[in-house]
Amino acid sequence: MKNDVMTTAIERLATQDSSLPKLQPFAGANAETPYLAAAGTKLHRKLCGSLEEAIRRSGLKDGMTISFHHAFREGDKVVNKVVNTLARLGFKNLTLASSSLLNCHDPLVEHIKSDVITQIYTSGMRGRLAEAVSNGLMKKPVQIHSHGGRVHLLQTGELKIDVAFLGVSCCDEFGNANGSRGKLNCGSLGYAKVDAEYARQVVLLTEELVGFPNYPASISQDRVDLVVKLDQVGDPSLISVGAARVTNNPRELLIARHAADVIEHSGYFNDGFSIQTGSGAAATAATRFLEQRMNCKGIKASFALGGITGGIADLHSRGLIKAIVDVQSFDNDAAASLRTSSAHIEISANEYANPTSKAAYVDRVNVVILSALEVDLDFNVNVITGSDGVMRGASGGHCDVAAAADLTIVVAPLVRSRIPTVVRHVTTLLTPGESVGVLVTDHGIAVNPKRPEIEQRLRDARLPVMTVEELYRKAVALTGEPEPLEFTDRIVGIVRYRDGSVIDVVRQVKN
Amino acid sequence: MKLRRSMLFVPGDNAAMLSTSFVYKPDSIMFDLEDAVSPREKDSARLLVFQALQHAAYRDVETVVRVNSLDSEFGLKDLEVAVRGGADVVRLPKTENAQAIGELEAHVVRIERACGRPVGVTKIMAAIESASGVVNAVSIAIASPRMIAIALAGFDYLVDMRTKRSNGWQPELFYARAAVLHAARAARIDAFDVVYGNISDDAGFLREVKIAKRLGFNGKSLIHPKQVELLHKAYAPTEEEVSHARRVIAAAEDAHRKGLGVVSLDGKMIDPPVIEEAEMALQLAEAS
Repeated sequence: MKNDVMTTAIERLATQDSSLPKLQPFAGANAETPYLAAAGTKLHRKLCGSLEEAIRRSGLKDGMTISFHHAFREGDKVVNKVVNTLARLGFKNLTLASSSLLNCHDPLVEHIKSDVITQIYTSGMRGRLAEAVSNGLMKKPVQIHSHGGRVHLLQTGELKIDVAFLGVSCCDEFGNANGSRGKLNCGSLGYAKVDAEYARQVVLLTEELVGFPNYPASISQDRVDLVVKLDQVGDPSLISVGAARVTNNPRELLIARHAADVIEHSGYFNDGFSIQTGSGAAATAATRFLEQRMNCKGIKASFALGGITGGIADLHSRGLIKAIVDVQSFDNDAAASLRTSSAHIEISANEYANPTSKAAYVDRVNVVILSALEVDLDFNVNVITGSDGVMRGASGGHCDVAAAADLTIVVAPLVRSRIPTVVRHVTTLLTPGESVGVLVTDHGIAVNPKRPEIEQRLRDARLPVMTVEELYRKAVALTGEPEPLEFTDRIVGIVRYRDGSVIDVVRQVKN
Repeated sequence: MKLRRSMLFVPGDNAAMLSTSFVYKPDSIMFDLEDAVSPREKDSARLLVFQALQHAAYRDVETVVRVNSLDSEFGLKDLEVAVRGGADVVRLPKTENAQAIGELEAHVVRIERACGRPVGVTKIMAAIESASGVVNAVSIAIASPRMIAIALAGFDYLVDMRTKRSNGWQPELFYARAAVLHAARAARIDAFDVVYGNISDDAGFLREVKIAKRLGFNGKSLIHPKQVELLHKAYAPTEEEVSHARRVIAAAEDAHRKGLGVVSLDGKMIDPPVIEEAEMALQLAEAS
């Protein structure tokens, strides 16, 4: 009756004004929200009894793209659990888009062999998986992106996530979730926040369902489709294993001390400075040596950005760093700081480093310390492939923050197990030399000739400054000139710069 | 004057450490062919140390080789490698008396002649590790003009004395430290304090450094690279000491320019030992 009247009125409107959008007559209070009719569906509609149910309800089909985040690092249980289940359910030809892949993801090799996974987007890969891919396991080359570049690929539409499977520490039944509360603390969900924003379907996996409303909501209910409770999502004791470990190695500590010396005398060590330390033992250890220098000079940092360590959190708790801006927490102490300090801010990868976001925090970093597998005579950096040509690292935020920071300091031992780190040409180019200011090794410090003012300051401070060529000669004097690597013509990896352009490719190693 | 605050031990059979130990910038590096190397690795350690001694990376640091006792089957082979390889110093372990130094020196002269190195270029230091060594410290210290230092080694000495190392001011080591130090000073050579073995206890290490520095040791033998920086910092003079030393040197130079025999600062006469102490303070500050 009323409905018919409105249908007639809408028809009349259409003849009156043809520019109007197609209008629908009112069809009942809950025509679009039928689940509100019953208490059960109203409150518990997102809860799934099993992962299999969540997969079915997500509408995932063969050939689609699934995504994951890596906040649990080596303690991640989600990727293997989900992909194992998908394999068991018979899925094929899926694209796996994870913000990164680590040693714990070795079981993916079998799923690639059986065509469950046929394409990978990731910031990096390690272990048996990386070795197999470097040896030509996949038909399609793996796409290696930076953390900022991943968001860019999502924005441009090249990467379209159909279903995001996101492990969280705790969430309520509507999907308000975080990583910093509950028993399983991974800290910031900076990468997951982006996937929750861009994925067509968002499935949260948690060990801990808590009462509504769960807060703070790093991922908010309005982005979440389904929630599954699992026995195990991650092992927080393994978050600080691997690249994010705390070192006691004297050589790494020596490099860290040199890096702190460089910062102190760089010209950027002023009250209110901002800093980022990448993963890697020497980079994270450098914060230890900064504390004394900051106290001595009465200097406080305005903010520290990036993957956050307990060392950074410690300086923050003692008032030496005013704010922490955290896209990923590298250890339990960093996660605890996020939980307890109001000046420890959780941000998404888009806010962190996307070159086409409206503002990225990396744009305001004064000094960053980053690790490297290789650095060449033009200061180009490789963090993807090892000296054997096999992938064993991750792009991470390396090229993002190097491009934006006022001063990029790259730290590396001059020689790793008889193989020089300073080389004529990097095996794989990730961060261009134009973004690198200073190279710090255990044998000395080299400054990019493009930064003569920095070189002068470091020489004035009597730091062991030498040319990168001298460092190279020192390395070769110790090890001899390594035999060139042998590759086939086949491309197994495409290295995407943060803006999406191709900066290098990884070729299959010759056996 | 050669600074000898830190003597870093590097196991002679550890290729990785041989290729990096110089980056920690100790004042001296001691390649160990003795206790740190198992009998089955002695041959390979000798080869590695021989190569390391001649590598450019070790050109700017004093190199020391700890040989096995000359009575052992390894001692003379070690000595051949050390002298022919061009070690700056040979360190003799478990030195009991001056005769041991005399015997060592005779072999060093023989090898120097045989390989064409200038006779006398290889220096000697003795490690004292027993009660009789401590008692004979003076004669050991003056046993040869090649002697540049003596070092006290605490582990064996304390076993010999039937006691253990304590944490406080270490009365069990006091006599030996004082005896070795007096012997070194009387012979005008350097003295190294004992190794601190607990590498994870920086505070304990620094406690021992404080005792050694206070007594007057030039420095310590070190078994871990991270101890180098800690030791050098602990031996660094304060800003006040540096500034005083600068004024003393300036006053001495001024007096020298004016042809004055007596140096004075702020109306007080300065004795030559004070000038010498000021020069040492500035050298330490420069190196720290």
